[in-house]
Amino acid sequence: MNTPAPGTDTVYIDPLRRERVRKKARSDALIGVASLVGFVAVVVLLVGRSSGWETVQKTFFNGDQFAESFPGLLEAFWLNVRIFLIAEPLILIIGLLVALARTVKSPIFLPIRVLATMYVDIFRGVPTILIIFLLGFGMPALQLTGVPSDAIFWGTAALVLSYGAYVAEVFRAGIGSVHPSQTMAARSLGLSSFQTNRFVVLPQAVRNVTPPLLNDFISLQKDTALVAVLGPIEVLRRAQIDTSANFNYTPYVGAALIFIALTIPMTRFADWIQVRSARKKRAGGVA
Amino acid sequence: MSLSAFIEIDSVWKSFDNHPVLRGLSLTVPAHSATVLIGASGSGKSTLLRCINALETVDAGSIVIDQELDVTAFKTDLDAVRRRIGIVFQSYNLFPHMKVLENITLGPTRVLHKSKKESEAAAMELLTRFGLQAKALDYPDRLSGGQAQRVAIVRALAMEPEIMLFDEITSALDPMLVGEVLDSVRELREGGLTMVMATHEMSFAKEIADQVCFLNEGIVWEAGSATEVFDSPARPETQEFLQRVN
Ligand SMILES: Nc1ncnc2c1ncn2[C@@H]1O[C@H](COP(=O)(O)OP(=O)(O)O)[C@@H](O)[C@H]1O
Ligand SMILES: [Mg+2]
Repeated sequence: MNTPAPGTDTVYIDPLRRERVRKKARSDALIGVASLVGFVAVVVLLVGRSSGWETVQKTFFNGDQFAESFPGLLEAFWLNVRIFLIAEPLILIIGLLVALARTVKSPIFLPIRVLATMYVDIFRGVPTILIIFLLGFGMPALQLTGVPSDAIFWGTAALVLSYGAYVAEVFRAGIGSVHPSQTMAARSLGLSSFQTNRFVVLPQAVRNVTPPLLNDFISLQKDTALVAVLGPIEVLRRAQIDTSANFNYTPYVGAALIFIALTIPMTRFADWIQVRSARKKRAGGVA
Repeated sequence: MSLSAFIEIDSVWKSFDNHPVLRGLSLTVPAHSATVLIGASGSGKSTLLRCINALETVDAGSIVIDQELDVTAFKTDLDAVRRRIGIVFQSYNLFPHMKVLENITLGPTRVLHKSKKESEAAAMELLTRFGLQAKALDYPDRLSGGQAQRVAIVRALAMEPEIMLFDEITSALDPMLVGEVLDSVRELREGGLTMVMATHEMSFAKEIADQVCFLNEGIVWEAGSATEVFDSPARPETQEFLQRVN
């Protein structure tokens, strides 16, 4: 093959070098797969031959138990999904409002700013499970008319309050991450302070915090299982019931698999968003 | 050309953290003229420009636009001031989450309450005038520095300001791209806009300025026509500064 003339508008890679790179890629892939297969074989052999394996398998990975409990687990998981779907939008709204409340400067809004700060301090400082206990057992115990006594309601409310405080801090960081020169440019066009927030600062703040927000979503999706302590038959509670009925822990493994099936795609999505926004930022540079 | 005073800056003081930056600075900017601010880095050029459109509040003194609008009065609606004065910054400050066209129509639609259609048509006209029509639907991260700065100029112009302020608009640019931005300013100059610009481009300043002001120690140290200030500066500090930048 001929070397193109210097200055030709083309990509030119030395054929020998190209072949070498291709060979290296192929052998790397082969070595990787072989190493993985070897590793799995060793683990299987060691674990399978160990004396306790049969008991472990029977207790945690029992096929019959799995088949028996799994449909019920899936059905119960629907409750987790509903809790998540109701809680998440509320969390975003509360988080955003609280973050905004903490940025207002006008002295007339001082009470709002103080309340917002106290809310974040309190609910970020207390373990979520404690808030669930407090609201889930405490509020119904009041037996006040008009106050719901539903465990699912209070469990969801506790999750919303707890996560709302975290998400408010995420939003606040996002607002802080928008450079002041953006505000200056918006104000110089005659935009009011409200319009500047609405059209310039917040859209960029939300975009900057999308990756951490997605991580909080993933975490919330798992924490819906905490509501189990109040009694509603969601997936963890279902697994617990099945487990104690048969003295077999396979239903817990089943419940775990259901969570993983949802969190893995969500995590990959969050990673993808993160990479994409990092790339955008690099390209954005000076703007 | 009318020589009526368009911006009357009278004894303006401004400090940051107990550090005086403007110390009773006075300056008259005639209508339809180009005033160029020169001076060492830190001499207060940016601060002065930001005081003119009320992005900074002064500590004392007054800035009166067109003999009627006192920017520094307590009761003045600052958004109204900024509507009449455009500013272009060294670092472009385009809104990265908006397309070029949206960057330009944000002010006209939200502040001047023009229809989307009307402001987009006007924006396209301006973009075409500055050779940027092909970029209308791009995001700012797709633009070169020179293009970004010209979009920033168009964004300010779309508000139909009576005054334009330019704060070292070519300082962040690759030398290759300075020319296209200066061409845009030249064009505005010919259109008769009142402008005040801080710059380090001395040859451009010489070409375009009706009035050159050398800022030093928080005041206008020396002012005059470009020929006066550049060719026969009266004060030693001015001579020294010009020697250093040339
Ligand atoms: N927002 C601010 N806060 C504190 N100090 C400032 C601020 N803006 C400007 N300064 C200070 O004021 C002085 C003048 O700055 P500037 O007006 O930017 O000068 P120039 O544009 O001529 O370089 C500098 O010492 C700068 O550090
Ligand atoms: Mg400056």
